[in-house]
Amino acid sequence: MTALEEPTHRTATDRDTRAELVVVGNGMSGARALEEILARGGDEMFAITVFGDEPYGNYNRILLSEVLANAAGQVVDNDDVDGDDEDELFLNPRAWYDDNGITLHAGVRVVRIDRHAKVVYGDDGSVTPYDTLVLATGSRSFFPPMDGMWASDTELTPGVFGFRSLDDATGMLRHVAGDAAMRSSTREDGKRSAVVIGGGLLGLEAAAGLQAHGLAVHVVHPTEVLMNQQLEAQASAVLRSKLEDMGMHMHLGVKTSEILLGDDGAVSGVRFTDGSTLGCDTVVVTAGIRPNIGLAVVSGLETQRAIVVDDRMRSVDDDDIFVVGECAQHRGEVYGVVGPLWEQAAVLADVVTGADPGAEYHGSRLATKLKVAGVDVAQMGVKSPERESDEFVQFSETGRGVYQTVVIRDGTLIGATLVGDISKAAALTQAFDSRSALPEERIRLLFDLGSADDGTSAADLPDDTQICNCNGVSKGDLVACVEGGAESVSACMAATRAGKGCGSCKGLVTEVVEAALGGEGAADPADSYYVPAIPMDKPTLMAEIRSRGLTSVSAVFEALAPDGKDHVGSKMGLTALLRMMWPDDVVDERDGRFINDRVHGNIQRDGTFSVVPRMSGGVTTPAQLRRIADVAEKHDIPMVKLTGGQRIDLLGVPKEKLQEVWADLDMPSGWAYGKSFRTVKTCVGTDFCRFGLGDSTQLGIDLEERYKGIEGPAKMKLGVSGCPRNCAESMVKDVGLVAIEGPRWQIYVGGAAGATVRQGEVLATVDSHDEALRLVGRFLQYYREHANWLERTYDFVPRMGLEYLKAVVVDDAEGLADGLDARMQEAVDAYADPWATDQRERTPGQFHDALPIIPLPQVPVRSSSGSPA
Amino acid sequence: MTASDGVVSDGVVSARLGPVEQIPVGEGRAFLVGDEPVAVFRPRSGGLYALRAICPHRGGPLADGLVDAEVVMCPLHNHQFRLASGECVSGGGVADVDAYTATEEDGELVVSLRSPSG
Ligand code: SRM
Ligand SMILES: Cc1cc2nc3c(=O)[nH]c(=O)nc-3n(C[C@H](O)[C@H](O)[C@H](O)COP(=O)(O)OP(=O)(O)OC[C@H]3O[C@@H](n4cnc5c(N)ncnc54)[C@H](O)[C@@H]3O)c2cc1C
Ligand code: SF4
Ligand code: FES
Repeated sequence: MTALEEPTHRTATDRDTRAELVVVGNGMSGARALEEILARGGDEMFAITVFGDEPYGNYNRILLSEVLANAAGQVVDNDDVDGDDEDELFLNPRAWYDDNGITLHAGVRVVRIDRHAKVVYGDDGSVTPYDTLVLATGSRSFFPPMDGMWASDTELTPGVFGFRSLDDATGMLRHVAGDAAMRSSTREDGKRSAVVIGGGLLGLEAAAGLQAHGLAVHVVHPTEVLMNQQLEAQASAVLRSKLEDMGMHMHLGVKTSEILLGDDGAVSGVRFTDGSTLGCDTVVVTAGIRPNIGLAVVSGLETQRAIVVDDRMRSVDDDDIFVVGECAQHRGEVYGVVGPLWEQAAVLADVVTGADPGAEYHGSRLATKLKVAGVDVAQMGVKSPERESDEFVQFSETGRGVYQTVVIRDGTLIGATLVGDISKAAALTQAFDSRSALPEERIRLLFDLGSADDGTSAADLPDDTQICNCNGVSKGDLVACVEGGAESVSACMAATRAGKGCGSCKGLVTEVVEAALGGEGAADPADSYYVPAIPMDKPTLMAEIRSRGLTSVSAVFEALAPDGKDHVGSKMGLTALLRMMWPDDVVDERDGRFINDRVHGNIQRDGTFSVVPRMSGGVTTPAQLRRIADVAEKHDIPMVKLTGGQRIDLLGVPKEKLQEVWADLDMPSGWAYGKSFRTVKTCVGTDFCRFGLGDSTQLGIDLEERYKGIEGPAKMKLGVSGCPRNCAESMVKDVGLVAIEGPRWQIYVGGAAGATVRQGEVLATVDSHDEALRLVGRFLQYYREHANWLERTYDFVPRMGLEYLKAVVVDDAEGLADGLDARMQEAVDAYADPWATDQRERTPGQFHDALPIIPLPQVPVRSSSGSPA
Repeated sequence: MTASDGVVSDGVVSARLGPVEQIPVGEGRAFLVGDEPVAVFRPRSGGLYALRAICPHRGGPLADGLVDAEVVMCPLHNHQFRLASGECVSGGGVADVDAYTATEEDGELVVSLRSPSG
């Protein structure tokens, strides 16, 4: 992919009158400098050539943490990563270079600059002339000298990795995935483990990524303070306890002295300076980075820690050589995050193109927003007070893993650190950058106290407030995007790349764009209505319905809609609410139901329906399977499919055949169509699994038998796993149970792995099966009564707050528990299987075909071999 | 579904389709009028409305949609069409659907493939 047709590159541009611009280093700053140069008309001034020693287009290095964390991410295989890939990872795919007339030599390393002849030499033997040269060679991982680190002069010991490049990340992924199977048979516990040397940002990211692949992860850090570059001791301690809660093992104040090798020459462990050892099969070295200055050194440019530049981003020795990014040292500073690089690239482009020959870079005030192993961290300025007179405001809530401080000197903000909750980061950055006046009550910097509308809303931020640090996008850029016609948050994100770095600013991007789209008064009171046609939130609406005794949808419209009229978009929500409120007395108006709920199947694209019978806990029998097979054959079911919810879906059943199919199946409905309790996914648990701690299969069956078909504001999907290996994916379920030693059950709530992915949080840990059943029911009932229409638990749980839910549901702080339990019991008692009760038509023509004359099914039918027949 | 061959008068096909009660109040049902699939609705607020039964968006079955006094909402992707005129009111560049005339004569449903303008 990197083959060069000709070693010397002058030919193509010989007759070109444009000057030659050569960029060495195709990382984040090199590419950004190019974009800035093009934006100033640089393609007319220069014939541009880029050298990058990585064999790709330009990618977003920040996302490597995500690449590593994504199990089975698409980027695992090198061969897939050619520059044509539209993957989000790539900022500029190879086609971008072609489109802009830029010659890219990907995979070619520049080894020397001849400053007199003004040419650069590539390691492919090429010689390329330049008029203007840009060095953007970035940094590389630093490997502290240590026995066992290297297999040869250039190769690390198998199992040892740095964490800097895409190849590092894919190499690690391959190592982790590769021979896992083999190892698990040789290691008794089947568990692999990794040691991460260096607990800075990169180390913690690597640790989180490896942990996501199921490795036991040990972080070794030479001081007691993790991420000591960004955080002071207390902030670091909060982060540390969060990471330990996630199961990471910390070895602080300890140094590694040697990497131990097994008989196969691969890593088998590490030795610490105190002589103790720790077994592992993966070592990641994140002990710091070093700017790539070798090229500058051999070419006679002034280097100290990095290549020394002036305020125009030129080497102090050579006006034709510009330097940008992590390899540049400006006024003694070398930066290691992207924010400053964007500013440098803009100045460089101004000077190189002559757009503003006097442009100067004066250094960056560092304000960093990071997501460290899933924990939000924002840091700016000083970490802690430095003088006696400095004011220091400190807030810590260790239970929630939140820690915040601000440092104020002479009335201006000179530093702030936020861990766990960075909602105030934008306002603080603003105060920090502009040195603006601060509120008398300093605590207001961290909290919105009292009155509803104080605090800085997105709409109030000045235009030059930086919103996305990763990609250098200001509020003004986003507003301009909306003014330029973008109509959605995602359109603005696509156009500006805001939110596409570490992602920590997505919430703020959304606020800014929504404010810009909505103009003034962006908060629409209608947002709080339970359904659009009735101007009331859910508690008010329920109180009205109860006090007036309204038991039908039409009665609710008549009594409570302002014009007394019915409204299509409000019917489903009201039907669900009334069925929840009056389990025995609701008036069944079929026209208030969505078609799925009228005929108890999920409508398909061609107007047919799916039939998914209940298989509690995903357990079936040979007889049941035989029956399903017979029914499928008898009715020519076009597709029989195993669902993601551990049961069997018969797809493509015409409406008028539904009753017959149900009768032949003689199985209860699985409610795959409703805003209701759906399935409980289980693992094999104690019955068969050699690791099982609790009988997950039985608990799953019992949960499903008890709460089957209970309707609510949105679907409820559960999972039960027999041990923390969590094979039933319980942590990403609305309610998930995981057996732990004891055996006890951890009850997770608010998880999701659909359009939104969220890890559930532990509501409670209980001792018995019965207690688990009861508490799940109580949580579900609370959710049914308090969640908005279509609000899944992944939104509901964070909205209510876990602590509050614990207080109400587990500790019964408000005395609601008995009532919740009783109302859930009523719902359970009122349950009737809809397939059985609707064997007789409920309304005329309930099962009549609604698309006459169109032959069914209309969707492609698959033969048993899997290809469309 | 009920089919009827339809009668042609003044160049317009129309058909008597049986008792109005075949359509539950607040819902719609599909019929064939000649060759034309027609969805007939009986909103709670009164009246009878007929639209071509096939959603112009992606062929969804309009007779299965939820209705209120003014519109029917297709069950597949929630586009909304005016019962009285077939006009698509949900945007997105979706075409209007043909509207026909539905009346009740002696308790019987009569649909003619004539636009209900008059
Ligand atoms: C059949 C099934 C796919 C399969 O073949 O595996 C399926 C099929 C549909 N899913 Fe699903 N989902 C199925 C499992 C899932 C899962 C996995 C699971 O349940 O463990 C998820 C992720 C978990 C979750 O619920 O978030 C899932 C997340 C969704 C979502 C996103 C929901 C969200 O709030 O993020 C939708 C869209 C929606 O509900 O608005 C959706 C919507 C749909 C709909 C109903 C499409 C629609 O809106 O009409 C599909 C109906 C097909 C049909 O006729 O049954 N389906 N869907 C799975 C049925 C499982 C079952 O046995 O009941
Ligand atoms: C895993 C990870 C996570 C990060 N997360 C964040 C974050 O959340 N926020 C943040 O602000 N920053 C983060 N960073 C730091 C950020 O990625 C860097 O600051 C940024 O990439 C530096 O850009 P650069 O262009 O100076 O160097 P690089 O992006 O490293 O680019 C330099 C390029 O030059 C090439 N090169 C070097 N020498 C030569 C040569 N002689 N010839 C040809 N090519 C050469 C290199 O191969 C490389 O491709 C992260 C970094 C990593 C590794
Ligand atoms: S993922 Fe999309 S296409 Fe697949 S079943 Fe779910 S909704 Fe349908
Ligand atoms: S088919 Fe009717 S809205 Fe899409």
